[in-house]
Order: sequence, then C-alpha cells, then structure tokens
Amino acid sequence: MASKRLGNQTLKLSSPPSMISNASIVGPKEGEGPLAQFFDNILKDDYFGEESWEKAESKMLKEAVKNAIKASGRSNTNINFMFAGDLLNQIVSSSFAARELQIPFVGLYGACSTMAESICMGSMLIDGGFGEAVVCATSSHFSSAERQYRFPLEQGVQRPPFAQWTVTGAGATVLAEAGNGPFITCVTIGKVMDFGIKDANNMGAAMAPAAVDTITAHLNETGRSPEYYDLILTGDLGNIGKAITLDMMQKEGFDIKKVYNDCGSMIYDGAKQDTDAGGSGCGCSAVVLNGYIAKEMKKGNLNRVLLVATGALLSPTTSWQGESIPSIAHAVAIEKTVGEGT
Amino acid sequence: MKTQMSSKQYEQYIKDKLPKPRSLRNCIAAFVVGGFICDVAQFISNITKSYGYSPEAIASITATTMVFLGAFLTGLGIYDRIGRFAGAGSIVPITGFANSIVSPAMEFKREGFVFGVGAKMFVLAGPVLVYGISASIIIGFIYYLFGK
Repeated sequence: MASKRLGNQTLKLSSPPSMISNASIVGPKEGEGPLAQFFDNILKDDYFGEESWEKAESKMLKEAVKNAIKASGRSNTNINFMFAGDLLNQIVSSSFAARELQIPFVGLYGACSTMAESICMGSMLIDGGFGEAVVCATSSHFSSAERQYRFPLEQGVQRPPFAQWTVTGAGATVLAEAGNGPFITCVTIGKVMDFGIKDANNMGAAMAPAAVDTITAHLNETGRSPEYYDLILTGDLGNIGKAITLDMMQKEGFDIKKVYNDCGSMIYDGAKQDTDAGGSGCGCSAVVLNGYIAKEMKKGNLNRVLLVATGALLSPTTSWQGESIPSIAHAVAIEKTVGEGT
Repeated sequence: MKTQMSSKQYEQYIKDKLPKPRSLRNCIAAFVVGGFICDVAQFISNITKSYGYSPEAIASITATTMVFLGAFLTGLGIYDRIGRFAGAGSIVPITGFANSIVSPAMEFKREGFVFGVGAKMFVLAGPVLVYGISASIIIGFIYYLFGK
C-alpha cells in the first residue's frame, strides 16, 4: 500500500511543498469587479497589445508565469517543470507560452479545473523528489472562449439567466520544496461525474455533482470536518452551481454553508456587471487563488483553504452531437502551517 | 458520494434552483424594439414611395437600407447590445439577418479572407438560407401544381 494515500482519491504530501510565489493578471472587466484590489496586474485592453485574442491569452499566461518566477527570486533555469493548460483547442495558450519560456513543460487539460490539477501534479512531483521547484499556471480569455464554444461576439443574442461569463485572466503559482508556506498538504483527484445536463449554458448545474463528489471524498478520506477549513472554495460553479452544491452537500451529511464560497460568484458584481450567474473559465479559479487567496493567506486572514477547481469536459462537437456534459473537480488543501490538528 | 440520480431526477431536482426566464420582460422588449425596427423600415418605405418609385423598387430599397443599417450597427459594436436587450425583437427582422452574417465575418477576419471571412461568414446564416430556400422551392412546386 502506498503510504501517502489516505484513500481512493486523497493523497497526503509527506513533505508538503510550499507555495512560494503567485502572480495574477486580469482583463478590464475583472479589474472593475469586487476583487480588483487583489490582482497584481489589470489590463486596460483585453488584446494586451496583440493582434488576436488567442495571442493575448497566451501572452497573459506567459506574463503570469514570468511574474510568479520573478517574485520567487528564481530564474527560469532553476524552475524544473511547468504544468499548464487552458481551454483553447490543443491547449495552445499554454504550449505557445512554454515555447518562449523554455522550461520543461507538461501540458494538461482539465478544462476549468486546471489550476487545481496543475498544483496537484506539481506538488506530487516535488513530494516525490523529482524536482525542487515547479510553476503551475492556467489562463482563459472571454473572447477566445466565446468564439470557440459559442457565438461571435458581435452577434445580437440573449444569454439565458443561468449563463456564466468566462473570466479573462491568468494565474501562476510557484511551488518549491523549501519555503515558509503556505503549504500544499493534501490533494484529492476527482472522478468524472455526469448527471446528464446537456445545455452548455448551464455549466454550474453540470459541474456541481463533481464538486460535491470531490469535497465529500476529501472530507471522508482525511477525516476532516468542513470547519477545519476557513474557506472551501469551488472554482467556477457560479451562483446556481453554488446553491446546488450547498444543497447536495447537506444531503451528503456535511453542512458547509459557513465556510463555503465559489470563485465564480466572487469575481463579478452580478447586478452591476451584467454577468448573469457569475464567472467561469480556467482563469476564474486561477486569479482568485493567486490574487485573493494568496494575499489573504499572507495577511493571516485565511489559514486553511480547500480549493476545489471544477471543469466541464465538453467540446462544441460533443454538444452538437447531443452528448451530456461530463465534469471533474480536483481539490487542493492549502495551509499556512503544517502539522496542526489532523 | 452517496447521492445518485438519473438525469431526469437531477433535472427535476435543480429545477427550482434555476432562475426563472424573464419571459414577460423579454416579450415586451422584443415587441417594442422589433416594432421600432419595423417603424424605421416603414418610414424608409414611405419616403421612397413619395419619390414615385415602383412597388418592387420600394421593397428592394427598403430591404437594402435595413440590411445596411444592421451591418453598420454590428460594425460599430451596437447591435449585439440591442440583441442582448431585445432578443427575438432584433433577431427576426432583416437587420438581424445582416447581423448574423457580419458578426462572424468580423470575428474570423484573423484567420484570413479565405478560411476566415469567406468560410465562416455564413456559419449562422447558412442554415437559415438552406432551409429558407428549400421551403420556398417546395412552396413554389405546390403553387405550380395546385395554385392556378
């Protein structure tokens, strides 16, 4: 039996990697939202000086990685690996950024769960002794996602009230073997769940069961109660997915109401910004983690956070063919200190 | 996770958690904006009539002008905002048709004039054209056979 396994899905990192630096970049709309003060870099123009949105997204990711590495006091050459992924076909934002960064690169696809997925992979690699520092990153861009998954921007269509708004943003985290924390103490790898939602606008409802499954597995396998955490934060369920998750967690026998929130619900002011059910996209949990969570943990306002990034594993083709939306959620326990409690 | 639901049960379960569609508000917005677009077209039609054009010419001039207006407002980035507010009110009139052709043409310009603009221009309007023209051919046949 592998000694680091707490159960089917949860792994305990015996020498927990430290999150030594973070970087976040957001677009203009996110920069007008309630979390604006926590972001390192707010773009004035969502083209970011490039000629296409795809290039802009890749540049955001590249800059986020560069800024995080710079903040860690290292150089690209002593970062052992880069774990990154994004929403664009063939994860081009990540691989095109990696082309210039010249760090050994592992491309990931977990849709909007990529921030947690990359941290899971990075921390396991460090704990396994295969590297002493890695960078984990992801990005999304409203306009590049819209054109790939939905309609041209200038088309005059109405959005259903449960639709979500893809976050324009990128986040990067540098994890290292040695550091003063916060530490990645446990990771829970999700299973793909599908409760049969077919409407690609209804992401929150499609992904909620995956979040519930992963949170439940995490709590059961670690033996922790929800109150162990100051914050249990899902990635991009939005207001509807958040309500469903709360209710389903109750059914599972966990009352998480006091400690639960969702990045998609936090990032925009729905009433003022016309974002319907809230934010979504890889960038959503990436910028909330690397902006808000990182800064609040540094200040000591948060000590234990469970980030549960959620991803909808659909493609436009599967939607047109009438398939339902399989979803996944990965959880990462981030703690200011190691070894207190269970 | 203990909870297991079939897709039907889950759909039922989330039903009261989804926001209600704002049908009344949407209908009123569509009525007002759609009506206004028709008023503009009527206005153009009346003006051209006063210049003494034939009924066929009036119809063409009116349609062409409305298509131009739809395309122009799309280019200025205004039509999508009208559409978000008015829904079907701005999709159904001919201005909406213009919007559905110009918006992908603008969007896919980056992929060049052949594989971008040329290939993607009718990605939204294509189905409308295919089934619209097919229906008109069928109706034409019926009219030819029985209509006289």
